[in-house]
Amino acid sequence: MGESEGVVYRIGRFLILPLLAVAAWWIVSKVGGFNPVLFPAPDAVASALYNLGASGALWVHISTSVKRVLVGFGLASALALPLGLLLGLYRPLEAFCDGLLSVLRPIPPFAWIPLAILWFGIGDGSTQFVVLYAAFWPILLNTIAGVRDIDRSLLKAASSIGSRGLSLFVHVIVPGSLPLVLTGLRIGLGIAWMSIVAAELVAAQSGLGFMIMFYRSLFITENVIVGMLAIGVLGYLMDRLMRAIEKRLMPWRPGLKV
Amino acid sequence: MNVACKIQAVGVRKEYEVSRKGGDRILALDGVDLEVHAGEFLAILGPSGCGKSTFLNIAAGLERSSAGEIRIDGQHVEGPGPDRAMCFQDHVLFPWKTVWENVEFGLRVRGLGRKERAAIVAHYLGLVGLSKFANQYPHELSGGMRQRCALARTFALDAATLLMDEPFASVDAQTRNILQEEILRIWDQGAGPRKTVVYVTHSIEEAVFLADRVAVMTARPGRVLGVFDVPLYRPRNDETRSDSFFRDLVVHLWKVIRDQVERIS
Repeated sequence: MGESEGVVYRIGRFLILPLLAVAAWWIVSKVGGFNPVLFPAPDAVASALYNLGASGALWVHISTSVKRVLVGFGLASALALPLGLLLGLYRPLEAFCDGLLSVLRPIPPFAWIPLAILWFGIGDGSTQFVVLYAAFWPILLNTIAGVRDIDRSLLKAASSIGSRGLSLFVHVIVPGSLPLVLTGLRIGLGIAWMSIVAAELVAAQSGLGFMIMFYRSLFITENVIVGMLAIGVLGYLMDRLMRAIEKRLMPWRPGLKV
Repeated sequence: MNVACKIQAVGVRKEYEVSRKGGDRILALDGVDLEVHAGEFLAILGPSGCGKSTFLNIAAGLERSSAGEIRIDGQHVEGPGPDRAMCFQDHVLFPWKTVWENVEFGLRVRGLGRKERAAIVAHYLGLVGLSKFANQYPHELSGGMRQRCALARTFALDAATLLMDEPFASVDAQTRNILQEEILRIWDQGAGPRKTVVYVTHSIEEAVFLADRVAVMTARPGRVLGVFDVPLYRPRNDETRSDSFFRDLVVHLWKVIRDQVERIS
């Protein structure tokens, strides 16, 4: 099936719609008579991309945002994974924490921005805090569900073999919960990326979110669109990376085998 | 107590609470008395829902009885132990472990060294004909192969008692016949004394083909209705199945069990 289609065909299928979209965009911008500041043409965006790339400004913003995401996401994982395993394994503990978690969870990450700015100032600290908070929830909830979802008959089989404690944890709990844990990490990374851009709109002096807000205030919309495209492409690459890691870590899953 | 008695069940009773608030209770086992001799192959035959799996789980130490007890070598069963190995319905292999790792896992838990484990795993994979599939994952195998892997895992533990819960219920009839012969071959082949096997099934043919004795259980609540000897020669094979004595015994047991089946259906 998938393999027989050929690489050229698959790349073509992947690119054809974006190319058509750019073509339509180009035609509309040329014949539509819009104000080029409000609706810049693709060639203007391309040259803006070249200029921002050549001056190095784009890379500085990209690396700043990526670094903040990695720090925030890393801290979120370091907190949510062990906590999720604990809450998944011990129901009484989950019942104990449920009240606090249920009230914190509906607060959107962006509602934390005012406090984050007061606590950590404008820049890395506050944006990373918002990312941490945003990524924490999908990782935590999926890890709890992952532990709960482990097939009870597998636990019974492990117990009949005599596996318990550390052995049960390493050989059964961790691999058994891995599918949902990795799903949680992937969703968490996606949300982290969206929230960093939003946080940088108001709580930073650098990064892609700051960049698009900054060029909006200068009315250089080509540069705004370059920033938006960079956000889209990087988000896509991160998701692909996570999927590749999933495949790598779970060779036993049908349909995921390389 | 009889020296040759390996497993002794005395008045084993099991009640389940259906609703959380109490009140609704299901009586699964109502005073099961049974003796299993050392080195014998005993089949427990009963209609579905008669509690035969529950009985096996209690013997394995995975569940507790509400009253009465099961003793193995005179010792009250407290929990799972290395003297027993269990084989489940639907193979229950770890999907994230290869065939090799699935068989090896129990040996790791028991603290065997790497070389020792490798020798044992290779031996039992050879016995069930899965040597070439050692590095495959369970989802890559057919149903029959998975069940073979589960058999290898159970036998590799080298426990004195094997507890088998309808291990071939989910494989097709032809494969099941072959696996039944294989299980007897492996059971016969081991060095040292024969292992004691308690084999739960709802198939009369399977029980008669495999066992030295067949314990027939009543419909729920389960009790032992009677224990029947199966004086057929070993090794048993396709000829056994066409033996008139085999057929007669199957028909006889069917008459015994028929009332029980009708009671529940």
